[in-house]
Amino acid sequence: MVLRTAIGERLVYRGDFALGTLMRFLPIVTQIFLWYAVFDSIGKPTGDGAESIGGYQFEDMVAYYLIAMIARAFSSMPNLAAGISRQIREGEIKRYLIQPIDLIGFLLLTRIAHKLAYYAVAVAPFALVFFLCRDYFVAGFPPPHLFVAFLGSLVMGFLIGFFLEAAIGMIGFWFLEVSSLLFVFMLFSFFLSGHMFPLTLLPDGVAAVVQWLPFKYLAYFPAAVFLGKVPDDELPMEMAVEAAWLTVLIVGCRFAYARGVRRYSGYGG
Amino acid sequence: MSQATRPSYIRVFLTFARNSLVRDMTFRTNFALQCVSSLGWTLMNVGFYLIVFQHTESIGEGTGWDRDRFFVFLATTWFINSLVQAFFMPNAEEFSELIRTGGLDFALLKPIDTQFLISFRRIDWSALANFFAGMVIAIVALVRLASRESDPYTPSLLASGLYFVFIACGVAIMYSLMICLSATSIWLGRNQTLYNFWFYITNFSRYPMEIYNRGWGQPLFGFFTFVVPVLVVVNIPARLLAKPLDPRSPWEIWLIAWGIVATVLSVVASRMIFKLALLSYRSASS
Repeated sequence: MVLRTAIGERLVYRGDFALGTLMRFLPIVTQIFLWYAVFDSIGKPTGDGAESIGGYQFEDMVAYYLIAMIARAFSSMPNLAAGISRQIREGEIKRYLIQPIDLIGFLLLTRIAHKLAYYAVAVAPFALVFFLCRDYFVAGFPPPHLFVAFLGSLVMGFLIGFFLEAAIGMIGFWFLEVSSLLFVFMLFSFFLSGHMFPLTLLPDGVAAVVQWLPFKYLAYFPAAVFLGKVPDDELPMEMAVEAAWLTVLIVGCRFAYARGVRRYSGYGG
Repeated sequence: MSQATRPSYIRVFLTFARNSLVRDMTFRTNFALQCVSSLGWTLMNVGFYLIVFQHTESIGEGTGWDRDRFFVFLATTWFINSLVQAFFMPNAEEFSELIRTGGLDFALLKPIDTQFLISFRRIDWSALANFFAGMVIAIVALVRLASRESDPYTPSLLASGLYFVFIACGVAIMYSLMICLSATSIWLGRNQTLYNFWFYITNFSRYPMEIYNRGWGQPLFGFFTFVVPVLVVVNIPARLLAKPLDPRSPWEIWLIAWGIVATVLSVVASRMIFKLALLSYRSASS
């Protein structure tokens, strides 16, 4: 039911939406030129003996941005945390306390439906862009085990994105106004998820810390897996760490919700 | 309209500015948050370019855009964008709302130029936080540029003067583009993606134009220099300030000349498009 509504909503403006999705790739065009210029000034950008930065050659860099775009499309949860804290503030959350619906479960289903609907329509523009950019994928399609890992990391990335944002939203039980906190969180997640650049570019000291934060699973990790930048012998361990983060976030989110509800005093009418 | 009822544009503008400031100061925490959030965005960008320059000496082989010069470029982008965001962005957003709700009727009735009225009504003072951020970036970059060991450079007085002139030109071009975009909302009914579209177009103006000048970038280079001149907006002033005035290759002199022509053309064109769009305005609701 939730799914059908979401798809219906999307299909009403499908032309507009497809165009909007295509436009979202425009910044990648400037990134292509920027990185070409950067690689050009340190040595040979393409072909044999090409330079690489942080383990990425020029083509990898472009491919990275494209895959990170997909990963972000899975893991980004616009307005989730803000929505939860608003519902707490305005007392709307009562609905979930008196009806036999679980708030987190309901929100998760809504998001899944939204994402499915999004991809049902967005698959066309995505396919077009990837077809146009096929030359940047020098290594070709990844071997099956990497592809499975990639799909797994996308799904987990989605869940991590969801529970991370939901947990932040739960802070609304303790502080009524969380917009500034949210903003700081968004900044961090944007910068440290690898949306702007592959995380291996970071200076070593910073990279060592970022390596252990959950943000990288939102964009960097799936892309690195797809491009084969994660060595095969480390891959199972990395996936295990991701799963561990996911578990921690799920438990944390549930715990915060349970504690929050007890504190909750039902503001608003 | 007779001379006697001719409004004083400057006084009207100052009133708008004061009203906006009063409104911003009413919600002071919100104002501070907005400033902080735009500064955060600035910090992120600076971080990103610092990382890029960890791995390279300059952007593009032989273009001369090394770290200090590129940060002068970045500061220029920040100046122009913050001015546009402070003065024009809130108005352009409000304009499409005016059309949708039919509020434009009242703007048309007022005894003052409609384009003036709708483009200066609201000023977003918090966007000027980025102007100061740009100033900090510019000062740091210029000091480093002047005091470094290899190839130090201090811009001349003439270059600095020209810099301000071309910043103004850049803002004028961006303003014209925005008026054109928001005028289309008269035809299209609504234009919610205005801001996105704006972001994606101006995205091209953020880097030295040389980087587009290869392969399939050349059509883009041509399009964004001559048809929608967003490439000249930041490039001309930044290049004047960051690199010696002399020697220059002939194409750069032509570029500067084109910058002036492009400014005049885009202001005139946007004025015409705006008037044309107003003609096809039919009041909304009742």
